[in-house]
Amino acid sequence: MYGKGLRPLSIATVAMLAVSLSLIFFYAPLDADQGFIQKIFYLHVPLAIVALIGFVVGGVFAIAHLRTNNRKWDAYSYVAIHMSVIFGVAVLITGAIWAKASWGHWWVWDEPTLVSFLIVFLMYATYYPFRYAIEDPERQARYASVFAITAGAFVPLNFMAVRMAQSLVHPRTFATANGGLPGEMMFVFLCSLVTMALLWVTLVKFELTAKSASGQVKRLRRALDAPAPGASSRIAPEVS
Amino acid sequence: MTSSRAAFAAILAKDLRSELRTLQSLPAMALFAVTTFVIFRFGLDRTQLSGSLAAGVLWATLLFAAVLGINRLFVAEREEGGFDAIRLAPIDRSTLFAAKATALVIYLLALELVAVPIFALFFLQNLGGLLPLALILLLADLGLAVTGTLISSMAVNSRARDLLVPLVLLPLVVPLMIAATGATEPLLALGGPGYERFGTWLMVLGLYDLIFGLVGYAVFDFLLED
Repeated sequence: MYGKGLRPLSIATVAMLAVSLSLIFFYAPLDADQGFIQKIFYLHVPLAIVALIGFVVGGVFAIAHLRTNNRKWDAYSYVAIHMSVIFGVAVLITGAIWAKASWGHWWVWDEPTLVSFLIVFLMYATYYPFRYAIEDPERQARYASVFAITAGAFVPLNFMAVRMAQSLVHPRTFATANGGLPGEMMFVFLCSLVTMALLWVTLVKFELTAKSASGQVKRLRRALDAPAPGASSRIAPEVS
Repeated sequence: MTSSRAAFAAILAKDLRSELRTLQSLPAMALFAVTTFVIFRFGLDRTQLSGSLAAGVLWATLLFAAVLGINRLFVAEREEGGFDAIRLAPIDRSTLFAAKATALVIYLLALELVAVPIFALFFLQNLGGLLPLALILLLADLGLAVTGTLISSMAVNSRARDLLVPLVLLPLVVPLMIAATGATEPLLALGGPGYERFGTWLMVLGLYDLIFGLVGYAVFDFLLED
């Protein structure tokens, strides 16, 4: 049921990835100031935007779960947050590489966007031990939804607080970069953003499909009275 | 309306009375805070603190001491069946949230009543910043209380309850700590209290309290279902 439309979606994602990468390397002009390394911007920033939106989307699914009491939405929320955490790792790594190349340090505390993202990432990293600590699956789903909603409200508040903690005279080199982007760069950036969003949706769909398939296999096994091979994950919700 | 107000008063009075009789949390929190000050004195190798260092030491200590109290907030409810009683009682479940958060605010204020004067005695030269500091303490306590109550009520029903509160609460209160230390830093400056961006930080604290107060109020019902 979840696998419907997965193939065209995957093909579209791969095609867009190819288009975006060729645009990044062959079409986008070299940055006058930073040169070649600036191209990581087209990966780093879209990944970060998609990850943050994914976190908030996880919170919206969690609201749907609490309202309808349908466990399906908990699975959606879990997979959305799970995928965004993985994207978050990529964001932190590409960010560190970019920081090293353009500022000379692997980590820069003066950049509010960087610090905010780290805090949000740390917050969501506790989602896994949190789920793991609650045994009853129904309670786990409910508590995880409460966590996702609370953390979703936390994301914008945290960005505001961190930004304000910087002294006002500090120049925001990259935070406002979008406004000053030349047309060609903007086009490539938007292409890349669409690609990353597609990639996220595809991966989320893949994981939901896999979860649904393994849930079905488990139910069939149970119907046949065959023992399940090995222990199944206690954190991830089952999908029917 | 009156019934939930009565329930609120009853739960709050029960909490405060049992804390007064058993003294489970507060003395431990205060003792922990004072010991932590001593550790900071040697860890930083300073006998006097001011500015950002003073704000950092004060808030880190208060936060970790608060975690001790937050850990224990719902232990009695779980062990003595208080959750079931609330579920059976014909009252709004958010009453429990409001009463517990209020109790936590009172614990934190009591903790600060002990810890802040000792902090001033140990480290501060200029005491002029202490009065406006009370306003920051109050607003930060509100925020800590609402998030702490929310996390604690979930953690107490998990396998790893002592682990879960610090793990989930600390990242959640980072914005609160940013605002609290940001406002405290100029207050404890060496040359007397300053009020640089004081109002802005108070607004951030108020916004944090408001948002998480509303979130806690909205979701707390789902935590008590069984």
